[in-house]
Amino acid sequence: MKNNIFKIVALLVVSVVLTSCSDKTKRQVQFMPDMYVSVAYEPYGENTAFANGMDSQSPVEGTIARGQVPYDYPNTNEGYEAAKKELKSPLSVHEVNSARGKSLYGIYCVVCHGKKGDGQGDLVKREKFLGIPNYKDRDITEGSIYHVIMHGRNLMGSHASQLTGEERWQIVKHVQTLRNDLLK
Amino acid sequence: MKSVKKHSQVLRLAITSLTFLFLFTFKLSAQGDVKAGKSLFNANCAACHKLDKKLVGPALGKISERRELEWLKAWIKDNNALRASGDADAIAIYEEYKGSPMTAFPQLSDADIVNIVSYLDADPVKKAGAPVIAAANEVEEETSTEWISYLVLLIIVGIVVWIFMKSDNTFLKIVATIFLLFNLAYFGFTALLSIGVDEGYQPVQPIAFSHRIHAGDNKIDCQYCHSSAKNSKSSGIPSVNVCMNCHKNISEVAEETATAEHSKAFYDGEIQKLYKAAGWNSETLEYTGETEPIKWTRIHNLPDFAYYNHAQHVTVGGIKCQKCHGPVEEMEELYQYSPLTMGWCIDCHKETKVKMEGNGYYKNIHEDLSKKYGVDKVTVAQMGGKECGKCHY
Repeated sequence: MKNNIFKIVALLVVSVVLTSCSDKTKRQVQFMPDMYVSVAYEPYGENTAFANGMDSQSPVEGTIARGQVPYDYPNTNEGYEAAKKELKSPLSVHEVNSARGKSLYGIYCVVCHGKKGDGQGDLVKREKFLGIPNYKDRDITEGSIYHVIMHGRNLMGSHASQLTGEERWQIVKHVQTLRNDLLK
Repeated sequence: MKSVKKHSQVLRLAITSLTFLFLFTFKLSAQGDVKAGKSLFNANCAACHKLDKKLVGPALGKISERRELEWLKAWIKDNNALRASGDADAIAIYEEYKGSPMTAFPQLSDADIVNIVSYLDADPVKKAGAPVIAAANEVEEETSTEWISYLVLLIIVGIVVWIFMKSDNTFLKIVATIFLLFNLAYFGFTALLSIGVDEGYQPVQPIAFSHRIHAGDNKIDCQYCHSSAKNSKSSGIPSVNVCMNCHKNISEVAEETATAEHSKAFYDGEIQKLYKAAGWNSETLEYTGETEPIKWTRIHNLPDFAYYNHAQHVTVGGIKCQKCHGPVEEMEELYQYSPLTMGWCIDCHKETKVKMEGNGYYKNIHEDLSKKYGVDKVTVAQMGGKECGKCHY
């Protein structure tokens, strides 16, 4: 009898300790960690196989990801002027998806450029970013809009890493729609 | 020698006072409207210029001490033409900024430019820093209730020990044993059920990035930074270039951003950590090339035997990030909001109705399924969201 009581008490103490020591900055105990933790490399992990010690690597120079079109206009004034003059959207009428363009614009552009493209986004209203132009005050073409999303201009940074080529063109179409509405 | 007739006293007085008057009125006309100038400056110039610091272009505070008004007018309206006319100053500044041209502003009138210049000359009005007063009393109360529960526990343990050691009453001993067994069951199961469940996990991150400021106050969309959520399995930790898209400009937080918990100096320090990782020299506004990775601690991590895809939920399903990640826009420090257990996944699959409108490609199968289950709207579970192989393979 006494032995059993000790066993119960010992178990109780162990489980109370297990439940009570919950440090928020530590993970819980894992059951069979070999099934939880990936043997394969996970995104953003550390990796000794590469010189910079990271799993995520930049694409090899000169390679093109599937479905992507290389962009040859350089990040210079000449590149900007050339793109403004020559570059045209590859999207056919059927591929233009105005709803998608609008939702992407809502994610990536609205905070500064504003819903209507008048340069009155939330960050402008809160005076975090200033001097965002109204689209109607700028002489822009589809080529120049794409170029600016790709390389950035002045204080606007490049948004190439956040968007695929097709998504950029959808946004370009939406910006043009907004600009036409503003010019009316 | 001819003697020049002097002006009379009265005339001299009149001339002097007129000269003064002219000078004075001239000064008045050069004095523009500071307020109008500020709004013009913020709308047109502030994208590239600050008053006290170099940005894309040079700092412009007190510009009239360095440049003539006429020169400024010519430069602002069409700097290209001014350079073409061979103006040495104009070419020098163009060269200094490595040939990045300033946008021409032909739409600004002379009066507009005078207004802007007078805003630049006016002393920058410092906003009176409003210190945030917040009550920090609530924390203390919690500790007092914790003490009470420890005391109760101690008394109970004392009674139980006394029963087993000193008491001869068998009934009491049996009751105490049953009591212990119940406790064992309660604490034991709680301990077992918490294995591998990291709800509330809140590790200390290398940079105290505040989702409250970014997603809450500034209303930046989640996907602006976590941009791969729309196309890929992983929602993506933003690479530092995304941070720098904004933080090239924002090198310190506003006074109002500081809270009782963290001061302005604390947040400014955290931005400096970002600059260090990005290799950004905030004095010269150039990248040094000496970068270092930021080692964020991953919070949400499903076990390797479960497959989860962000694009499937965010883009196809149209589910809000907050559904699983909780009120991130209110979190100063991010923590795991959901348990991320299988039961939690399945519960949601059972409740969520699939949006079937406007999806011509799957029209037939949707109709067949709703006929099969006799419902208007099929849930995710009915479409196969409960099959083992969907997530475990």
